[in-house]
Amino acid sequence: MSIKIQGLSRDNYVLPGHTACPGCPETLGLRYVGMALGKDSIIVVPAGCSTIIQGTLPKSSIAMRVINVPFASSASVASGIANVKEILKIGGIPVVWAGDGATADIGFASLSGSAERNDDLIYICVDNEAYMNTGIQRSSLTPYGAWTSTTVTGKREDRKEVPLIMLLHKIPYTATASIAFPLDFISKLRKAATIRGFKYIHLHAPCPTGWRFDPSKTVEVAKLAVEVGAWILFEAEQHKLRLTPPSNIYLDKHKRKHIKDYISVQGRFKDLSEDDLRRFEDFINNTWELLLKFT
Amino acid sequence: MVTKVLTGNYAVAEAVRLSNVDLITAYPITPQTTIVERLSEFVDMKLIKARLMRVESEFAALAAAYGAALCGARAFTATSSHGLLFAHEMLWWVAGSRVPMVLAVVTRTVGPPWNIWSEHTDFMGQRDCGWLMALAENNQEILDTTIQLYRITEDEEVYLPGMLGFDGFLLSHTSEPVDIPDEDVIKSFLKPRSQPYNMCSDNILTMGNLSNAEDVATMRYDIHKSMENAKEVIKEVDREYEKLTGRSYGGLTECYRCDDSKYLIVAMGGWVGTMKDVCDELRSNGYDVGVLKVRFFRPFPEEDLTKAMSSVKGVLVFDKSVSLGSLGHIHSEVLARTYGLSNKVVVRGVIAGLAGVDVNPNDIRGIILKFIGDVEEGGYIGNTSEWFLGR
Repeated sequence: MSIKIQGLSRDNYVLPGHTACPGCPETLGLRYVGMALGKDSIIVVPAGCSTIIQGTLPKSSIAMRVINVPFASSASVASGIANVKEILKIGGIPVVWAGDGATADIGFASLSGSAERNDDLIYICVDNEAYMNTGIQRSSLTPYGAWTSTTVTGKREDRKEVPLIMLLHKIPYTATASIAFPLDFISKLRKAATIRGFKYIHLHAPCPTGWRFDPSKTVEVAKLAVEVGAWILFEAEQHKLRLTPPSNIYLDKHKRKHIKDYISVQGRFKDLSEDDLRRFEDFINNTWELLLKFT
Repeated sequence: MVTKVLTGNYAVAEAVRLSNVDLITAYPITPQTTIVERLSEFVDMKLIKARLMRVESEFAALAAAYGAALCGARAFTATSSHGLLFAHEMLWWVAGSRVPMVLAVVTRTVGPPWNIWSEHTDFMGQRDCGWLMALAENNQEILDTTIQLYRITEDEEVYLPGMLGFDGFLLSHTSEPVDIPDEDVIKSFLKPRSQPYNMCSDNILTMGNLSNAEDVATMRYDIHKSMENAKEVIKEVDREYEKLTGRSYGGLTECYRCDDSKYLIVAMGGWVGTMKDVCDELRSNGYDVGVLKVRFFRPFPEEDLTKAMSSVKGVLVFDKSVSLGSLGHIHSEVLARTYGLSNKVVVRGVIAGLAGVDVNPNDIRGIILKFIGDVEEGGYIGNTSEWFLGR
């Protein structure tokens, strides 16, 4: 599905005056959701950065329908809506917009349950790789070696592969995306909207506040993650995986940028040893190998 | 109208069938399970139009019902004990969102150790969440109150969710004759679904984003005011239901031979039936005893209780639940309402039936007679509390 910038809506879905940090990737992501789905989306937001970004009642900076819900409940709340859509003739698409903590940790049972039931909704995990909203605590998606306020000498565990776990739920559509590649994200969202059943999109969202880089470099860092191969863009329909541009180029290891280009711009990795760096590289290579088994 | 012999759980399922529900969310837990099993049969046999979601936890069950209710669905779910505790966070969210829906709670002991018998601690532990809370005495009341709760919770003066509790096994798995009203009678009694706002309408709304302290405090106060409003709505609904079916439960409380009593027994749930029998027997032996059944615990029937206590010497409160380190839940509510009474009232709380400890008519008679004896002998002896841990 090819999408041109000129053809996208010029409506503002994230309004001026929002309360996100400078350089926040989530406001970018929410704008893309608005551009892709317009006012059709009924967004379900668990506790997280996007709770704050909306600003305070009685106003909101998000010009879409937004339901704020408890931390672990977002997939379940959206699945309830999905299940009465027909009977109540509801126009709109339930869209979960949840962070990595709400997705991979506390809300994982709700996510898995809804995917297993194949509820007709879109689930977006906006992954900034830690609990940023509460002050940068580690999540199960924080990468090995990263400093967080609960892993002050660096995290000692690898992240788990949630997109692959979702793929193995055999849902009709699984994809990864990055805030650095909006057209790719938007086209994946639009495709997801045409498919009936559970759709999972994992959006990589580098956070200047938590990753310790300059707020002007959010898109640059997100792009580097893809260019060094640390974040791989793909989509899977009927659980058949296909790399999507530009990640298909980086199938060839030699075309990838050096891992240091990505690591060195982030303060959270400043204490990474050479050993740690090798381990980080091994992790990336292993992830590629694992992923390619599903192509 | 037909009369069927039904367990308490099947009485709930019949009520849901009659209430034109759009979504049922189901997760099994003993002794609630046969409610969702029966509803699953109704759905699969197309006896009701509702969709059934078989979810992965009680937390998800309430969350999914909430999502649907936000978008205009009449929703139902049921649980017990640990399931209710697991869903506790969602209870707050549903009430705070002012979304009407109905939850059946088949009361059961909370572990450890594991125990599946009835007590009321699981139910009473939810008393601060902003839900209307009724506890039924028998299977007929289970059916009738479930239907009534849809009407009450969807009243614009109320707009709060409601839970109906009833004793696990003692009612949930015990069969009694139950009159089932005709569908068209209930259809006219229950109006179309009504709720304060709809998150799936064309209006661009936001529910539940950050708020300042005063706004949140004001919203809490609004829930409290709606609870107060609910008292009159509950009574009106009871009267209207009586016109259609011939059955009234007195609204918030039922006063059983308590008008001219000197000693008032206060309790909730299935064992109130036993207490009424003991009351009859004691009356025939010359004791001026009456029973005040607390039907709704939230809103708390302060006015009914104060009135019933205004001419008695003693009040004996039976609790099947306890706030550890303090008192039985009804006991402390009753004590709070003795202040300001012109008569001096002796109040005794008895915590009994915990974890399903059997409390039979002899036990109840003995406890009542001892209380009467203590008061007659000692005069004003203030407040006392006792535990009955079995024979």
